Amino acid sequence: MASQDNFAKIIRDPNLSSKQKSNYLALEAEASLTYLSISPELTQAKSTGVICDMFEGHAPFKPRYVLPDYAKLLQNGSTYLELSAAQDLDEALNALTIIYHHVPSVTSIPVYLGQLDEVLLPYCQGLDEESIYRKIKLFWIMLDRTLPDAFMHVNIGPTDNIVCRTILRVDAELKQIAPNLTFMYDPSVTPDELLQLAANNICECSKPHIANYPIHANSYDDRGFGIVSCYNSLPLAGGANTLVRLNLKEVALTAHSISDFFDNILPKYCRLTFELIEARSKFLHEESNFFNSFLVKEGLIEESRFAPMFGIYGMAEAVNILQGTPEFSEDNIDKPSSHYGHNTAANELGHKISKALDAIVKSTPVTYGYNGRALLHSQGGISIDKEVTPGVRIPYGTEPNPIAHIQALAEHHQYYTSGISDILTIDETIKSNPQAMMQLCKGALSLGFREFTANVASNDLVRVTGYMIKLSDIATFKQAGSRTNTTSLGFDAAANTRILERQPRVIAHEQSPSYAAD
Amino acid sequence: MSRVATVNQIIPFSCVDGPGSRLVIFLQGCNFNCKNCHNPYTIDMCNSCGDCVATCPVNALSLTSSKEGKSKIVWDSDLCTQCDICLSTCPKQSSPKTRQYSVPQILELIRAQVHFINGITISGGEATLQLPFIIELFQAIKASQDLMHLSCMIDSNGYLSEGGWLQVMPYLDGVMIDLKSWQQETHNYITGRDNHRVFSSLKLLAKHGKLYEIRLLHIPHVSDFDSEIDAVASYLTRLPANVRIKLNAFQHHGVTGESLNWPICSEEQMLELAARLTERGVANLVLPNVYL
Repeated sequence: MASQDNFAKIIRDPNLSSKQKSNYLALEAEASLTYLSISPELTQAKSTGVICDMFEGHAPFKPRYVLPDYAKLLQNGSTYLELSAAQDLDEALNALTIIYHHVPSVTSIPVYLGQLDEVLLPYCQGLDEESIYRKIKLFWIMLDRTLPDAFMHVNIGPTDNIVCRTILRVDAELKQIAPNLTFMYDPSVTPDELLQLAANNICECSKPHIANYPIHANSYDDRGFGIVSCYNSLPLAGGANTLVRLNLKEVALTAHSISDFFDNILPKYCRLTFELIEARSKFLHEESNFFNSFLVKEGLIEESRFAPMFGIYGMAEAVNILQGTPEFSEDNIDKPSSHYGHNTAANELGHKISKALDAIVKSTPVTYGYNGRALLHSQGGISIDKEVTPGVRIPYGTEPNPIAHIQALAEHHQYYTSGISDILTIDETIKSNPQAMMQLCKGALSLGFREFTANVASNDLVRVTGYMIKLSDIATFKQAGSRTNTTSLGFDAAANTRILERQPRVIAHEQSPSYAAD
Repeated sequence: MSRVATVNQIIPFSCVDGPGSRLVIFLQGCNFNCKNCHNPYTIDMCNSCGDCVATCPVNALSLTSSKEGKSKIVWDSDLCTQCDICLSTCPKQSSPKTRQYSVPQILELIRAQVHFINGITISGGEATLQLPFIIELFQAIKASQDLMHLSCMIDSNGYLSEGGWLQVMPYLDGVMIDLKSWQQETHNYITGRDNHRVFSSLKLLAKHGKLYEIRLLHIPHVSDFDSEIDAVASYLTRLPANVRIKLNAFQHHGVTGESLNWPICSEEQMLELAARLTERGVANLVLPNVYL
């Protein structure tokens, strides 16, 4: 039996830790169950790669992303975890350390660690700067060593406060892949000097991402939101029950014309995407018993604040196919181009597709959604994606200069409520000029970017979609494995895609938790 | 009637030509003839000799003549593949791929991306050869509500006369000056000109608080900053403390002719020069990030 062979391979793998082996074995077990009941048409779309369930498992028993209200935990304590309300910073950090191990997600460990400056600030009264620094530094080291996964994500900002500044200081100093970090920027609240600190950090270690706080905040209610994993913006005290993604390249290949694409083909595949969303979220909410957990009972999450993410990718290929544009080649790279990302008509067709998707997602009810709806998402790709570009991004190696790049894509950002990412790779000369990084960031946010993300060429710590890897880890992975779960994903990405080639680029790759046998 | 400049290239986003992010306009034409120039095709103005036309593989170049019978090269950028064969054909260190821009046209380019930049820099070639254009452009920027926050800088070889600097001074935020070498003879050998006027420019700009950066290109065994270290250090320490002293390491990228036989500057050599300057009290040193 194939799966038994796989079990044996996992167990004997010389480079996996025991914990990594247990995780892979569990995934294999889940994948051995019969798939949820879906229509033949959807089964066909799944098997041909038009629609993808992100390998979340055949019988989902945990939501994809969970965003507990950690401030509430610290205020109230937890009966289930036998914790009383936190009285000081030590108790707060201790309580968080404990609860993180009880927050599941698609990766099996938490993808959201909280809006940590806001959560911790009330417990820092009376502490001097150095004490706060020492405690947070130890906490940071603990996170990287015990929750070894660069999808777990901390949020800070937009206010200027001692915890926010300390986290930036510690993060730049330690240069760890984990946790991932988003800095919220609100031009009416955040001082330039603090944004500059964050921009300095990007030059130093490619972190944090800078989020456009007003745009995200306006997308959700007063209870708030968080940025989790890589670039997923979701309701606080809720999360994403599932993420199903649609490959726009494959959709475009089956259309006879642009009007056929908009009138028939796109609506048809959106219907099938919603069928899979319904099947997966129904199982999770109605059969898995996840929503009987203490997280719900103690009010740290609410079932009604979970929404499915409607993901798309391959926009660049879809537009080029629909317009009959020939493949990009080295010869036409600097010429006036008809390609997506370079040509006004191509870019506008892309915007039109995003607008059409937005209209469909906003008008299609789902049983388990945020206000009864799914949330549109520009999906960052996974390691199996070949010859197809993540989300609405411009294909790697063909990007125009950073400003033209931002101008080509800004229009899309309004539509992707649950996250969109365009990673700009910046020449390393910017390292000695972080002010330029800050200005580029401000320019992007002022044009409507939801999130500004930049990789600086030559840093060892680089971004692969939203999570971080160290190039030096990749180099030794094949021989020695890695303490960190995400290194294997980065390694696959390096092997399957052109991430480490040509000008420093970034590859798309979110999460494919399955075990690659060879 | 607005002035027009002959532009070799415009880079919309640069991090190495002054503070913050900058739109950089490279003007055609230079009055130095440095052996180590890394973009020698910006030195001379095109005289429309037409030699490049025949060698263009995609017919992006053609020779036309005006009503007065004056010949003129026309460059079709839509056809051009940037193969740069024309640059190697050109007998006189020029480029047929230049464009004329008026001040309003440049202002339009700046406005299209004003949110992304901290300022603009005029570079070259030698920027100051087209000084009246620069003055008119900077004046217009400083007089526009939506652009006046942008800093206006010049990247220069320092050969402009004192009178020239004084004309542009009211609209100028800062200047980056190359000092190619310390000794007169060395400077002459490398650039074909003496360096008296460069030192005068440095002095004048420093006095007016407009000297942003002085750039020293270290070419081991050719330039003389290492052999003249005491004199160089003593000069640099007398500049205002906020002036950045940028050390550049000579590399072969883009250079042609005999300077390809010159040794490149390694990271070790660069660090050694920096250490010797630091020992002698030179502060505010900026070293290269990259040695390519």
